[in-house]
Amino acid sequence: MEAHYWWIIGGVLFVLLNTAAGLIWLERRMLALWQDRYGPNRAGPFGILIVLADTLKLFFKEDWIPPFADKVVFVFAPAVVVASVLMAFAVVPFGPGIVVADMNIGILFFLAMSSLGVYSIVLGGWASNNKYALLGAMRGASQMISYEVFMGLALMGTVILSGTFNLGEIVEAQKGMWYIFPQLLGFVIFFIAGIAETHRLPFDIPEAESELVAGFHSEYSGMKFGMFFIGEYLGITLISSMIVTLYFGGWLGPAFLPGVIWFVIKTFVFIMVFILLRASMPRPRYDQLMEYGWKVLFPLSLLNLLGTAAIKLIIDK
Amino acid sequence: MFSLLRSMWLVFLHMFHKRETYQYPEEKAPLPARWRGRIALTRDPDGGERCVGCYLCAAACPVDCISLQAAEAPDGRRYPGFFRINFSRCIFCGFCEEACPTYAIQLLPDFEMAEYDRQNLVYEKEDLLINSQGKYPGYNYYRVAGMAISGKEKGEAQREEPPVNVRSLLP
Repeated sequence: MEAHYWWIIGGVLFVLLNTAAGLIWLERRMLALWQDRYGPNRAGPFGILIVLADTLKLFFKEDWIPPFADKVVFVFAPAVVVASVLMAFAVVPFGPGIVVADMNIGILFFLAMSSLGVYSIVLGGWASNNKYALLGAMRGASQMISYEVFMGLALMGTVILSGTFNLGEIVEAQKGMWYIFPQLLGFVIFFIAGIAETHRLPFDIPEAESELVAGFHSEYSGMKFGMFFIGEYLGITLISSMIVTLYFGGWLGPAFLPGVIWFVIKTFVFIMVFILLRASMPRPRYDQLMEYGWKVLFPLSLLNLLGTAAIKLIIDK
Repeated sequence: MFSLLRSMWLVFLHMFHKRETYQYPEEKAPLPARWRGRIALTRDPDGGERCVGCYLCAAACPVDCISLQAAEAPDGRRYPGFFRINFSRCIFCGFCEEACPTYAIQLLPDFEMAEYDRQNLVYEKEDLLINSQGKYPGYNYYRVAGMAISGKEKGEAQREEPPVNVRSLLP
């Protein structure tokens, strides 16, 4: 490979892992702001060194593996979530030409990788050999599997409009108009499915700390828990950047700023929305979540797909 | 759906509200004058110790953090020979203050007692005594109590009548 690619890969990894760590601070700060508090503001400027303190603390925690756990799988599971999310970032175009793997099946690769994240939850919950972890894992599995269905279906709207699976080309196709306007319904469905996919509040049913202790990662401690944590924040970043890529014109924007900056700004807006959702939404019951998914979002996404296809055909004729 | 968006908007607006937090070490919360924090031993108006070493506070203490030893001065006043409070145990419940018959033990609006060494939380009588009458100014136990000390016989206390010789009342 050329040296150019190594720079992109290294840069993307560096930026992503630091973003995920920084989100710990950002989320605590923003949640505090929305609850009339200050949040962590002591360590370093604006308290940003809380990230360092938290990470150091995680490293010094006892790295305990329960004696009743399935040890190999227990250790393996937290790595899956981080690895699969980082893999999914390979296809995200951060700017014109700044993409790790310019694949023609970009969207499919993203869907595949985000589905692999389920393994982390299921295996982690199963290997913990704990009833709450198992309940969380079961919930996580069924939630992510059912929300993936119409996540993919909602994406097909943009695929129909742009005629390609390549994310870079989808961004290029939005030069005239961002897909948020013709695909508003698709965007809403994708966003809701994305929240469920990253199992963030209000859809944090696999964790549900008020019902299931901590859900699938009840038994995890130390840096293994930290991996789940980082995986969750990477997931937020991934879904935000996918929303930006697919519906908000990716790196496109007025020319006074470079494309990468526009991409980062738009992504951060959606990360903020994720945090705002956590600050303002109650958690639905598990059956409500399933009902909402299958009875409301699934038909809507099918309708969206049909409608988009029909309009596309009529216009092309 | 609309109500969800509305609640998100309302939560977002909280960003511009006033913070509830006190930035503690720099900005102190206002404590009421009768706030119950650190225990202190007050003095009577003449500057003497109010404590008479009755052990009621030690008996009332639910965590057994008070220990003292009563002693008697040559003029007949009782006082604590030593008076020791282990503040690493104290729960600031104020039972000792309620139990104290001479208003000696009082709880102050002070709670900033953090120490690096646990032994430093054990306060001796010199640390506990404050140069103040606390919440009951003007109260002096020996002036109102019927107990005889040198310089004040029975019946000479405030609002006290001289003792009656019961035998002289015989019919």
